[in-house]
Amino acid sequence: MQSFKEILSQKTLSDKFLEIINDRYDASKAGISPDMIRSLKSRLSLDAVDKPIIMIGMGTCGLANGAQAVYDKFEEELASRGIEAELTRVGCVGFCAEEVIVDVKIPGFPRISYKRVTPENVGTIIERTIVNKEPVIQKALGKYPDADAALWNEIPLIHDIPFFKWQKKVVLENCGVIDPESIDQYLARGGYSALSIVLKNKSPYDVIKDVLASGLRGRGGGGFPTGKKWEFAYNTQSDQKYLICNADEGDPGAFMDRAVLEGDPHRVVEGMIIAAYAIGASVGYIYCRAEYPLAISRLEKTIADASAYGLLGKNILKSGFNFTLKIKKGAGAFVCGEETALINSIEGKRGMPRPRPPFPAVSGLFGKPTIINNVETLANVSLIFSKGADWYSAIGTGSSKGTKIFALSGKVVNTGLVEVPMGTTIRRIIFDIGGGVPDGKHFKAVQIGGPSGGALPEQHLDTEIDYENLKKAGAMMGSGGLVVMDEKTCMVDLAKYFMQFITSESCGKCIPCREGTKRLLEILERITRSYREEETEVDSLMRFQGMLYLERLANVIKDTSLCGLGQTAANPVISTLRYFRDEYEAHLYERTCPSKACRQMLTYTIIPEKCTGCTLCAMRCPVEAISGNRKEPHFINQDICTHCGQCELNCRFDAILAE
Amino acid sequence: MNIKINNNAYWANPGETILQVTQREGIKIPTLCYMSDLTPTGACRICVVEIETGQLVPACAFPVYNGMEVQTNSKKVRRSRKSIIELLIANHPQDCLVCVRNGNCDLQDLAAEYGVRSYRYVGEKRSGKLDLASPAVERDPEKCILCGRCVRMCHEVQNVGAIDFVNRGFYSQVSPAMDRSLNTTACVYCGQCVVACPVGALREKSYLKVAWEAINDPEIHVIAQVAPAVRVAIGEEFGLPPGTITIGKIPAALRRIGVNEIFDTNFAADLTIMEEANELIERIQSGGKLPLFTSCSPGWIKYVEHFYPELLEYVSTCKSPQGMQGAMIKSYYAKKTGLDPKKIFVLSIMPCTAKKFEAGRPELSVSHTDPDVDVVLSTREFARMLKIAGIDFNRMPEEGFDDPLGESTGAGVIFGASGGVLEAALRTAHYMITGKDMDQIDFTSVRGLQGVKESSIKIGNATLKVAAVSGLHNIDRFLEEVRNGNSEYHFIEVMACPGGCINGGGQPLPSSPEKIKKRMEAIYEIDRSLPKRCSHYNDSVKALYDNFLGKPGSKKSHELLHTHYMKRESI
Repeated sequence: MQSFKEILSQKTLSDKFLEIINDRYDASKAGISPDMIRSLKSRLSLDAVDKPIIMIGMGTCGLANGAQAVYDKFEEELASRGIEAELTRVGCVGFCAEEVIVDVKIPGFPRISYKRVTPENVGTIIERTIVNKEPVIQKALGKYPDADAALWNEIPLIHDIPFFKWQKKVVLENCGVIDPESIDQYLARGGYSALSIVLKNKSPYDVIKDVLASGLRGRGGGGFPTGKKWEFAYNTQSDQKYLICNADEGDPGAFMDRAVLEGDPHRVVEGMIIAAYAIGASVGYIYCRAEYPLAISRLEKTIADASAYGLLGKNILKSGFNFTLKIKKGAGAFVCGEETALINSIEGKRGMPRPRPPFPAVSGLFGKPTIINNVETLANVSLIFSKGADWYSAIGTGSSKGTKIFALSGKVVNTGLVEVPMGTTIRRIIFDIGGGVPDGKHFKAVQIGGPSGGALPEQHLDTEIDYENLKKAGAMMGSGGLVVMDEKTCMVDLAKYFMQFITSESCGKCIPCREGTKRLLEILERITRSYREEETEVDSLMRFQGMLYLERLANVIKDTSLCGLGQTAANPVISTLRYFRDEYEAHLYERTCPSKACRQMLTYTIIPEKCTGCTLCAMRCPVEAISGNRKEPHFINQDICTHCGQCELNCRFDAILAE
Repeated sequence: MNIKINNNAYWANPGETILQVTQREGIKIPTLCYMSDLTPTGACRICVVEIETGQLVPACAFPVYNGMEVQTNSKKVRRSRKSIIELLIANHPQDCLVCVRNGNCDLQDLAAEYGVRSYRYVGEKRSGKLDLASPAVERDPEKCILCGRCVRMCHEVQNVGAIDFVNRGFYSQVSPAMDRSLNTTACVYCGQCVVACPVGALREKSYLKVAWEAINDPEIHVIAQVAPAVRVAIGEEFGLPPGTITIGKIPAALRRIGVNEIFDTNFAADLTIMEEANELIERIQSGGKLPLFTSCSPGWIKYVEHFYPELLEYVSTCKSPQGMQGAMIKSYYAKKTGLDPKKIFVLSIMPCTAKKFEAGRPELSVSHTDPDVDVVLSTREFARMLKIAGIDFNRMPEEGFDDPLGESTGAGVIFGASGGVLEAALRTAHYMITGKDMDQIDFTSVRGLQGVKESSIKIGNATLKVAAVSGLHNIDRFLEEVRNGNSEYHFIEVMACPGGCINGGGQPLPSSPEKIKKRMEAIYEIDRSLPKRCSHYNDSVKALYDNFLGKPGSKKSHELLHTHYMKRESI
């Protein structure tokens, strides 16, 4: 076993890490556990592994794809074969389309990533890679550029495969790579070195100046300069200030905060301690939605470990700075992502927004100055100090610095989490990283920024993503959800989907959002409805009248709503009207859905020439609208048909025509 | 600070909201959820104005800053306000013609002012069940526009929290917990939510029909009693300026609709003072529980029963004036006249909704079977009754109350304002202890609209520390002191409603701080104008003691004029 001194002398240890360890442990006493030494040794550089290490991506995404079964299978197989190997849970590397991802590192060979691993593959991987020391080529995603990367030439470097090639992973550098529950691994990779620099060398105002110089802007949606926000709270005199991490990620299609919390929670905590030091907060809260149980349990461990290491609590790193951190679980209201509603929720009140001003930086939680930053914002903070504000501000565009994580989903080949420098074009993300639209379909639009954002059409594909450009184009950065839509997506239907979301998430406080979004939804429902459902002429009239008022109402909601949720609630309608007005008109005047997505508007008929009379459609029809004799063409009774589409879905002979 | 409103320059103070400036300068901005004394929530957005950035901001909550330029009447502002009204109407039962607030409704006024001429938005309406179960306050969630005024009133002013927002978005409602009825909650029936409600979603439970049936029944002898605060407020219902004293018109109108006899609750107030002053002196002299809390306000009594049941023995055992008058009518007066108490119908006209609940308390019945007060009408219901009967109230002659329960002093009338019971009791306690009146009858330090008024008074050798509290959120600190055993007070008057009965839950709507002030001034004007201003000089009260009760605190007094309280559960 190496002595503590030897560990300290290892060149791979970050100097700053040494400082922290020195602060915490008297070197002569070497009060560090043998386990920690071993773990440090093997993790610091994979050069030094002395036995196989198997790392399984076990974020929520991995787990949802069956990572637990894979883990169990590995455990069982390793035991039954008597192979000594270490099994580790890591976070999500971001490539959702290829989950479950399993990395294997054996002594003397590069770390290799396997994709789409099922329990059935486990035996092969153990047999071939761990026992025979050869890659399973058909399962390989890529290899890591470590000391042994020269071997296994048939495997590409992971950073060269298209999904990763165009990314710049700085915030996500540890996600999917380290064990998120190991503070030692985080420390070993330079974690908490930024905190050490800050507490030793910088005054709170220096910190704010550096953050201002870095150009970091809020990643939660608004893009407000983070340093400026901190400066407000810094300048407000108070006996008590609070820092809140907003982890109430609620946009449909956004999961970057979850990935960071599950994959690298210490990074967020480190950012929080630095932010709290800058503004003078002694108490912090992480407001995390209760639907993220894994993130919460990891945060609990993170806080406990950081406290045990003297990184939280009293007199942090002997600097005299005190900071304690609490977790508050949100009960699943979208609106609680809004700062003031979030504050109300922590205070034990109903999660409804308050009018601003006063801004939380002046009067927030319990009436005290409070800064609320989003998870991703806080995860950026340590980079500004470990690598420098200049390094940071060199990434990105004139107004938007650093990288941005996007959650890429929808009709795209490579779904997953993508971190790119600000200024990357939408086209690069969707087509180069995302691999384009699957099944040979055409790209139609991409919804950026969740329900509050907007749908951008093809002509905006070359927009360089930053806060201003997206706003100009009619979308917004939001939390960074990118939902890709192909020609089969109806934009009216999309607007309707988002309005359904908004109406069920509106808190009900202000009239325009509570009443207005409901009316918007009703107008959209009317224009996508079958003419068969309209019983009277008044109903038909209402359909047209609604369309006349749609834009006016959307603008009133935008202009008058109380909080950010309400002010952006009508964006799905406004942006689709802006770029896809023809689709609205087709629904309204021609009563057709050009994308054939609004099933209520379609008429389902059976093509007699193609129908074999197999009766499957008749059996699947939930309302018995299909009749016909065996082995003879069937017929759909339009008076009964509810346009559910089951017949089309089940027909094996392409005999159902929907138009 | 210099700001511009509609291109004109104005001076504003730092910290002021846009609305405060425009109200001072006489520029009208409509409001709906705004209440002058409560935290602005910026919920309804009807008060939006446009600032120089083109943004719309709520005037009620947005602070002014130097150089601010405000437009209160831009195209965007007009369009937004009208749309908001249209959105409210789209989710409101269109039953104005049959609504209790017809002609007296903020939403109706706004729709008229902004020229809403069509139902622009049509769709689903929120449904909710009527809550008619309580004896005092009814809720109609379908009429609710969710402005939250009642919620803030119930939480911030009354500290009861019987109602709050439930559900989300379009399906939000104001409701008691678990969608229960008000009568199962800690609601104290003060009716301040009704006063706060801009529409007909909250209203008093009406007993007009019961009252008419009694009046129309020739077998029944109907006796009315009228509370002090009614006479300074009912004029508003008939277009008279707030604070108009209609002391003589009320008995005249009651006689004309067929009420047999009209007694004055002020008489019972004088009687209350005799009993309560006596109780105070007894407690001081015998080392009893102090401070003594008054017991006239039924909302306050229910509050303490729910939230501080362990302190009930600090509350005076005296029935309220309404209760005493009912008891005297059904015992003393019935005996004196030979009327069968079962044939007497006591009709109470009160500024209060909680009195409706109080009248039904079984412990307030001298017969132990029938209530002493048969029906309680609010000031508003009484006005409605007179309108139905075709009474031209403003042209009623000045008439008097009937004997023997109709005579009253200035001490009785000031019961209508916060601080009045305290002042009246001190006038008489001073006399009872020292045998002479106070040098200065007017005890002005406990007058006014402040929620807490404290004072001390030297009576003989003793100095009494007293307080008058109104608005229930103000009483908690006094109760906590008692609970902790460090209260220095001897006598504390509590009125549930801010300002006392003049601002009761049954008073004319809409209410405003200016109106309450006028009503209060009128109360003290009546007091000043009366020849007798101390309860112990009320000859009818003296006669009552001489002929029937004996003396204050006697066994008979205790039997008929005192009561007891009970612990109540809260959900």
